[in-house]
Amino acid sequence: MLERLTDRVKKGLRDWTDRLANDEQKHRLQALARPENEYGVDPFGFSLDYSLSALAPFVWLYRNYFRVETYGIEKVPAGRVLLVSNHSGQIPLDGAMIGVSMMLEASPPRAIRSMVEKWVPSLPYVSTFMARVGQIVGTPENCRRLLDAEEAILVFPEGTRGINKLWPQRYQLQEFGLGFMRLALETRTPIIPVAVVGAEEQAPALMDLKPVAKLLGFPSFPVTPTGLPIPLPTKYRIYFGDPLRFTGRPDDEDSELDKKVRTVKAAIQSMLHQGLKERRGVFW
Amino acid sequence: MSATSSSATRPAVVVTGISGNLGRTLAKLLHKHERIIGIDRRPFVGRPKDVEMYELDLRKKKAEDVFRKNEVKAVIHMGIMHDPRMSEEEHHSFNVVGTTRLLEYCAKYGVKKVVVLSSANVYGPSPDNSNFLTEDAPLMAASRFSGVRDLIEVDMLAHSFFWKHPHIETVILRPVHIVGPTIKNAPSNYLRLRRPWVMAGFDPMVQLIHVEDVARAMVAALRPEPKGVYNVVGPGEVPLSSVMRELGNTPIPVPHPIARPLLRTLFKYRLANFPPPELDHIQFLCAVDGSRWVTDVSWKPRNSMRDTIRSVLGE
Repeated sequence: MLERLTDRVKKGLRDWTDRLANDEQKHRLQALARPENEYGVDPFGFSLDYSLSALAPFVWLYRNYFRVETYGIEKVPAGRVLLVSNHSGQIPLDGAMIGVSMMLEASPPRAIRSMVEKWVPSLPYVSTFMARVGQIVGTPENCRRLLDAEEAILVFPEGTRGINKLWPQRYQLQEFGLGFMRLALETRTPIIPVAVVGAEEQAPALMDLKPVAKLLGFPSFPVTPTGLPIPLPTKYRIYFGDPLRFTGRPDDEDSELDKKVRTVKAAIQSMLHQGLKERRGVFW
Repeated sequence: MSATSSSATRPAVVVTGISGNLGRTLAKLLHKHERIIGIDRRPFVGRPKDVEMYELDLRKKKAEDVFRKNEVKAVIHMGIMHDPRMSEEEHHSFNVVGTTRLLEYCAKYGVKKVVVLSSANVYGPSPDNSNFLTEDAPLMAASRFSGVRDLIEVDMLAHSFFWKHPHIETVILRPVHIVGPTIKNAPSNYLRLRRPWVMAGFDPMVQLIHVEDVARAMVAALRPEPKGVYNVVGPGEVPLSSVMRELGNTPIPVPHPIARPLLRTLFKYRLANFPPPELDHIQFLCAVDGSRWVTDVSWKPRNSMRDTIRSVLGE
């Protein structure tokens, strides 16, 4: 019975996706098919069918709620690429919106993978959802494997430091991890800096209840005016920068890698400044 | 203990644990081409006539006679016990002491090739596992499930044997969950349940391999090319929910905080035969990368995913 119910929900969502996407986009989405086995999943657990069902609410958010505008998405090269973005907004909708933009607006369309926190696989329902829509635990081995398979990978080098930062720190990039740079050097992968403007205001966090977070095993427990799961309808602007190619030894000292990471960070920060200067308001 | 005079002169392949399901499948594959000597405590039901059989315990002194009296060119070691109901002491002694003795004989009597059956379970399921574990991933299974400690120890024994005796070709195979019509291990038993528990909200990718394909892999390991440790993967990976659908089972979703204490109680009172830490396998990922094996012996499993899954039904 439960099975039939989930099937019906899936079908309904799938129809919604089809209604939201125009004919051309529908065609493009079908072209995303990857090598799948007879059970409709790739070895990592990505399922196109499931993803197209799951896409509907996000496409709706993308179009009608956050009214996302993208700039420079054509700069994303074909083949392996690391999209390195700022991370904000308490709930990772910035990742989802970048994902939808790459599916609907990039040509050819791409289903990007993002590297999720290691605690995600221990969450019921969330873990299954993430796996079926192609999101993978962020271990270096996983990342290396996907880049070798010419996939596009979204990384948030700030990690939870970025997404959980409080209101006064908005649009200030937190410390970047170095792991993505090692992988880029090792696999000769171009880096596209990405700046998301608007996600920061969707859930302004006034404080972080650390004891509650600890109790629930979450990285943080932010207190926001609307309550955590409901974001404000801010306008999203996503800026894609020019590809950055780095050369050097992947096993170099941290200080050397840090210089390269700072180049990426500066590119994102300057796009953030530009985006903030250009926008007329938070909600439009 | 029979040996026909014509075959007694040929160098033999010793197979331990030959009376088990896998052992019998392997013997049927191999006995036409090789002289096989089987060692097992259990009798070999349906033994082909040309398979010589020694019903004994590897830990006993008499096991050495097999090597003393015969010229042994290769050993396939599958005499490893996985019975969760057996006392831990007996379990440990049988697996670890048995393997130690066997490897001693291999070194002493100049065996050229040693193939040891381990398992991909030695890595252990965990939420922070990479999607595909390679052979050099740490063997973490015992950190959550002490019952598999001796399986890891057997793997390590074989591993150190590989380094200590570079002139002996040692191959350690770590196949994924073995399933088959008559297999009685935890994964096969679990899949045979009509109303199995699943962890609510968890649907890990699982890897299964048909027992016949494992037997074929063991035979392939006798070839000169493979050396060292190999993960052996069957037809691929599939979500647990798809396996349930294929088998027509009706899974019962149980919230994971309840499942563990509940199963612990059931196991204690012998109402369930699955050790509670096995729940990790239906909650978290423990998938391995079998590409090294694929390249080294051009491995291709013969059973499709569908056939492998359905094999537990014994059709």
